[in-house]
Amino acid sequence: MSKIQKIFDNKKALITYITAGDPDLETTKDIILELNKAGVDIIEIGIPFSDPLADGPVIQEASQRAIKKGITLSKIFNTLESIKGRINTPLVLMGYYNSILSYGSDKFIEDCKLAGVSGVIIPDLPFDEEPEFYEELKENDIDGILLVAPNTSEERLKELSKHATGFLYCVSLMGVTGDSRGPVEYINEYVQKIRKYVDIPIAIGFGIDTPEKVKHIINYVDGIIVGSALIKIIDQNKENKIKMFNEIHTFVQNLKVW
Amino acid sequence: MKKGYYGQYGGQYVPETLIPALEELEAAYEEYSKDPDFIKEFNRLLADYSGRPTPLYFADRFTEYLNGAKIYLKREDLNHTGAHKINNALGQVLLAKKMGKKRIIAETGAGQHGVATATAATKFGLECIIYMGAEDMKRQSLNVYKMEMLGAKVIPVYNGSQTLNEAVDEAIRDWVTNVEDTHYVIGSVVGPHPYPKIVRDFQRVIGDEAKKQIIEKEGRLPDYIVACVGGGSNAMGIFYPFVEDQEVKLIGVEAAGKGLETGLHAAALTAGKIGVLHGSKSYVLQDENGQIKLAYSISAGLDYPGVGPEHSFLRDKKRATYTSVTDEEAIEAFELLTKLEGIIPAFESSHALAYTMKLAPQLDKNKIIIVNLSGRGDKDVDSYRNLNRK
Repeated sequence: MSKIQKIFDNKKALITYITAGDPDLETTKDIILELNKAGVDIIEIGIPFSDPLADGPVIQEASQRAIKKGITLSKIFNTLESIKGRINTPLVLMGYYNSILSYGSDKFIEDCKLAGVSGVIIPDLPFDEEPEFYEELKENDIDGILLVAPNTSEERLKELSKHATGFLYCVSLMGVTGDSRGPVEYINEYVQKIRKYVDIPIAIGFGIDTPEKVKHIINYVDGIIVGSALIKIIDQNKENKIKMFNEIHTFVQNLKVW
Repeated sequence: MKKGYYGQYGGQYVPETLIPALEELEAAYEEYSKDPDFIKEFNRLLADYSGRPTPLYFADRFTEYLNGAKIYLKREDLNHTGAHKINNALGQVLLAKKMGKKRIIAETGAGQHGVATATAATKFGLECIIYMGAEDMKRQSLNVYKMEMLGAKVIPVYNGSQTLNEAVDEAIRDWVTNVEDTHYVIGSVVGPHPYPKIVRDFQRVIGDEAKKQIIEKEGRLPDYIVACVGGGSNAMGIFYPFVEDQEVKLIGVEAAGKGLETGLHAAALTAGKIGVLHGSKSYVLQDENGQIKLAYSISAGLDYPGVGPEHSFLRDKKRATYTSVTDEEAIEAFELLTKLEGIIPAFESSHALAYTMKLAPQLDKNKIIIVNLSGRGDKDVDSYRNLNRK
């Protein structure tokens, strides 16, 4: 069982997403330490990309801000390496495939290991596209975390289940990140359908932004993923780090309704 | 070869939400592209609605001026709505109607694909949303007005360079959100499988007609076919039926903008590297960190940082060659064809003409070049006037 999957042992997991380098890498580092302290169970770190197709306006803008600051994948790896050993929360890199292709997939995997990254989420790389890459991740004990959507067919779930590791990222609705309409009303049937085929933990994300929403869905799933809502807090408080960390701390703890 | 791949290019690099839609589209296309009723209706639309076949015109004064190979123009500019884009728009909207989709979305650069899609959607009574970069809306305001007249809603996109690339991003996000009742009409041979194939198949009528027409007129195949390449749909449309005819040289002309050395261009095949953009793997303009670069061209229709995967494949196989011409060269060709032939070409097509101006004088007079005149230049007259030449 992977480090990520173990997190879900007998408990629900709170997973948070931040965009690396927004507002700057030093702050990203401090935020990761703060999230670790606040009891977040898994931390996703977004690799900023110019054309993030699965993201709504909040993460698009965060990515743009980070790119303007000159954030690159190698700088992100350096930052993560600098805090290696100081946190026990598993780190997951989330990004688009072109960033990895450009960096070189072998070097990417190598550097993930050096930086202590436990998993990778690539929303534009379905399991059956570049299967060698997912295989390579597995051989290096890095979870290639896959996504499913409400319209994913049972036939495809069956195939996908053979490749899924760590946890399954269940997209809460048909839409992009930060879409506050999420999750779909038929969340129970949706998750039941997935569980017929997948036996690893299921975490739900996209548009999960309030403790009320979490209360409503937490019984169906093994974890929740929060991104855009957290990025808004970071952006609104970028001039005052102390206030930022306090607000992050409160926000995160309020989400843990279980 | 893996499904949906051209050599190492192509694929389906998309969020999981779109996989069911791509599967549905592929299945529907497989079914209808073999359905005699569908084929008949598509051909009837091409003939009676768009005015096909378009003529293959011997440009005698252009030929005489260049004093070399004989130049024929495939007159896609004479299509309804003024460019080859209508071939694909009619095909895809007809397909969407058969699939029971209620809503049509599309991206547009120059506005030609947007106008063509809005036209086809209104003809079939479907709701139509067009995403267009805010910068392109400025450059092509007449086309924006036309789309709105046709009942489409044009949504400005303010991200990045505010051009075609960002319009595609936004259209894909809309599709992810409304995938169940919406069909996304991609305007070029780009995007995830099966789009590059579907768009090519709907555009190959250009090459099929040209082949028949040149044999009628000259009794043989041409020596060269020249077409401009942004995403590459008009080029793929005219190239494809000639791919097996090894004696026909296929030349794609990309936009070198202000010059390749300035970095202000849209020449993905000439100056890009392999990457993944908008759902497929192909040549892409990107920086050393894999961020997609802003493309630039005076021609909004070529202003795109990617290129269709099958073009990358044809280039690797050395079956087609790709070159580029600058804004300045394209404008000179725009002026020359207007003066000599009384035909105002689109800025996009002017790139193919500009390369022809270099090529033809080097060739014997018994050689034959077909240039795909992919669209007419009415939409560019305002931009041209603003250049204040002479």
